[in-house]
Amino acid sequence: MSTDTAKSWNRYLPPALRSWRDAGIILPFAILFVTLSITSQPFLRKTNLLNILDQQSAILIIAAAGALILVSGAIDLSVGATYALAGCVSAQYAIKHSVLSAVIVGLALGLLVGIVNGIIVAIFKINSLIATLAMSFVIGGLGAKITKGNLIMLTEKPEYGKIAQSTWLGVSSSIWLMVGVIVVLGFLLTRTTTGRYMIASGGNAQAARLAGIRVSLIRIIAFGISGMAAALAGIIDASRVLSASAQLGGTLAFTVLAGIVVGGTSIAGGQGSVWRTVFGVLFIALIGNGFDLLGIDPLYHQIALGLILLVAVGLDAWGNNKRR
Amino acid sequence: MTKQAGDLTVVGVSKSFGGVAALTDVSITVKQGEVHSLVGENGAGKSTLGKIISGLLLPDSGQIQISGESVSFRSPREALAHGIVTIAQELAIVPGLTVAENVLLGDEPKKVGFIKRKKLRKDFAALAKRVGFEFEPDTVAGSLSVAEQQKIEILRALSRNASIIIMDEPTAALSRQEAEALHKVICDLSKAGTTVILVSHFLSEVLELSDTISVLRDGHLVKTMPAAQSNQEELIELMLGRSLGAIYPTKIFPHYTAPTVLFVNNLCAGGVSNAWLSVRAGEILGVAGLVGSGRSELARAIFKDSKIHSGSIEINGVRITGKNPLAALQRGISLLPESRKELGLLLERSIKENITLSSLDRWSKFGIISRRRENQVVAKILEKVLVKSAGVRQKVSHLSGGNQQKVLLARTLMSSPRVLIVDEPTRGVDVGSKRAIYDLLTELAADGLAIIAISSDLEEVLGIAHRVIVIRGGKIVSELSGRAMTEHAVLEAAFTGTK
Ligand SMILES: Nc1ncnc2c1ncn2[C@@H]1O[C@H](COP(=O)(O)OP(=O)(O)OP(=O)(O)O)[C@@H](O)[C@H]1O
Ligand SMILES: [Mg+2]
Repeated sequence: MSTDTAKSWNRYLPPALRSWRDAGIILPFAILFVTLSITSQPFLRKTNLLNILDQQSAILIIAAAGALILVSGAIDLSVGATYALAGCVSAQYAIKHSVLSAVIVGLALGLLVGIVNGIIVAIFKINSLIATLAMSFVIGGLGAKITKGNLIMLTEKPEYGKIAQSTWLGVSSSIWLMVGVIVVLGFLLTRTTTGRYMIASGGNAQAARLAGIRVSLIRIIAFGISGMAAALAGIIDASRVLSASAQLGGTLAFTVLAGIVVGGTSIAGGQGSVWRTVFGVLFIALIGNGFDLLGIDPLYHQIALGLILLVAVGLDAWGNNKRR
Repeated sequence: MTKQAGDLTVVGVSKSFGGVAALTDVSITVKQGEVHSLVGENGAGKSTLGKIISGLLLPDSGQIQISGESVSFRSPREALAHGIVTIAQELAIVPGLTVAENVLLGDEPKKVGFIKRKKLRKDFAALAKRVGFEFEPDTVAGSLSVAEQQKIEILRALSRNASIIIMDEPTAALSRQEAEALHKVICDLSKAGTTVILVSHFLSEVLELSDTISVLRDGHLVKTMPAAQSNQEELIELMLGRSLGAIYPTKIFPHYTAPTVLFVNNLCAGGVSNAWLSVRAGEILGVAGLVGSGRSELARAIFKDSKIHSGSIEINGVRITGKNPLAALQRGISLLPESRKELGLLLERSIKENITLSSLDRWSKFGIISRRRENQVVAKILEKVLVKSAGVRQKVSHLSGGNQQKVLLARTLMSSPRVLIVDEPTRGVDVGSKRAIYDLLTELAADGLAIIAISSDLEEVLGIAHRVIVIRGGKIVSELSGRAMTEHAVLEAAFTGTK
């Protein structure tokens, strides 16, 4: 049954905007972008825009993977802790070993954490919200133990900075890495069997199982990707500032989640997209940037973010209800 | 609930979804106290009309009148206030609540906000007795079969003392006995002055119960006529715009040398005990039995969807060792599950994605889906299984019930199975498409597929199967073939367990 009564006003909109889930974030993003370009002189400058992308690269990488998690019907709150732990471990390792091996160690650690998450959720059937929340405490504790609460400095090892700070065609490598991850994950979700199976597992796990899909394996893969993405983000940020701390990443999971949801990916699972997530994250980033450039009290920034998130979740719930 | 008696008139109603017309200028008068049936092909607009009358959808133009007065419902609640209640095609129960709680949901006997549990159970018992349904009020609704959940919905509508009840395919998921019980309920309701608007694909049921029948085709009203002056052939012709001939295709029996494809060896699983059966290539094995007798459980066990306690399943003499549906699929068993919404479809995804879901590996290389091949195979299967839609990218939730069923059938065929198990293959499917599905099954069997067909529609089982097994209490109590395959013999076995 669909209560299309509420939808009748849609008739007055141009067709492309009738389904907000498809167009959704693009319109507000465009409006915000244009507004900022007009109201703030420095906004449109290349340095400012590249700066935003550089700062957001870690979040975008995690959010792209997070979209896969949400689509497959789960949630990953442990990304912040994984981000911090992988950054620390990789940085610590880099002090005595080559940069490449340090990156590999960091990524492997993220993958491991993700797979453990996946196994807890998919095999032991523990609700992913609780499972990954618990895991984030465990990982956070491990991080504090390894670093003994200290900041790990990489001033002795400036090569580590090359991971994120090299430039190619005038754009920093952190951005290139981010674009690469987004393209790969976007492709994974829309064009591969794994992506299709994630959508199916999140949309109707029972039906997916009967269609011969290994739902548990698919969930584990999604968590593995999420863990790796968090680790990569941690490594990139450690490389950007040549230091790492276990204290970082406290609110990261929520920032990421906000971006994904604002981008229009359903928290109910079964649908969503990587590229819309990118716009969701950037939308939030632009608001921050705009508040800075226009010199508005940061207090309002927080309030604005909260309201936007509520609107996004509200629209999602409304969309879900409409479908009944 | 205020009881508003009077005729219901639909005047020039049109409705379209994103440019696709579902109803065009439909006018119908439903007299008070009559049973008025809506018949038509899948996607003809029956459910849409029902939804408009009950306030779930707003018409684009036209209006609804009760006793000559124009009314406009913006929500089912407003329609309810006028005594209009719907039993939807897609069930809407709360799985976590008990039967009694579901029936009286939103209408619970209360005292300062607290639900009076005793009174609730008593009200429920009184209602169930009045209708003649047997129900344990404390059973959790989610654990019940589809048929029983359907009964909950019927009880719920009746508990609202509605003056106009819209039933969208209420008997599609019911066993014959249950359907008969419901028929009696419908007659009683109409005698007591309640109007019943009935949507059904069972034309015999429609002819038997209705006072008036309206036929819809492609969103247009073709004809409204007294049931007494009509017959099955005429209805089919009006619905399809052509005549159908026989309801069932001629049976093509497998050659006597045809090898056994599926062999089930003393299988014990949840709800199934000591099942022995075999199906040969080209054979259609019918499975009959009452609702709840273990037919679907048998299907699930063979498909490895439930835990198998003992026994084995062999395909071409080789035992299936895996423990999940994937193993069964890989060995060539395909299942059309009984409940398309819960067990089958990704409602929010496209027709295309739903069709290729279980065979995606074959249309992809290194895990990358070949869009071209996917589109090709989907187009090809849709030539066989006709789905009325706005295109393969349409969301499945926007399809009519019968067309959803066809999408699911298309999926099961995509994995090129050797054994096809179909559980209620024609649930919610119109007569014309039913015939198309029977033709398809017959054709597939002729090509060497072994088919197990489960159905609550006994005529259907007898009409298409070469051999029938009857299940009762999880056991195969009888096997009938040739001349012994009669309705009488099946019913006797289903009820008493003896041949
Ligand atoms: N929410 C919707 N969005 C888009 N199209 C829809 C929607 N609901 C129904 N339709 C379309 O309207 C047409 C009529 O659908 P309806 O459900 O009324 O058919 P029906 O006669 O009840 O068929 P069935 O016998 O299969 O239940 C169909 O073509 C269907 O695809
Ligand atoms: Mg319908």
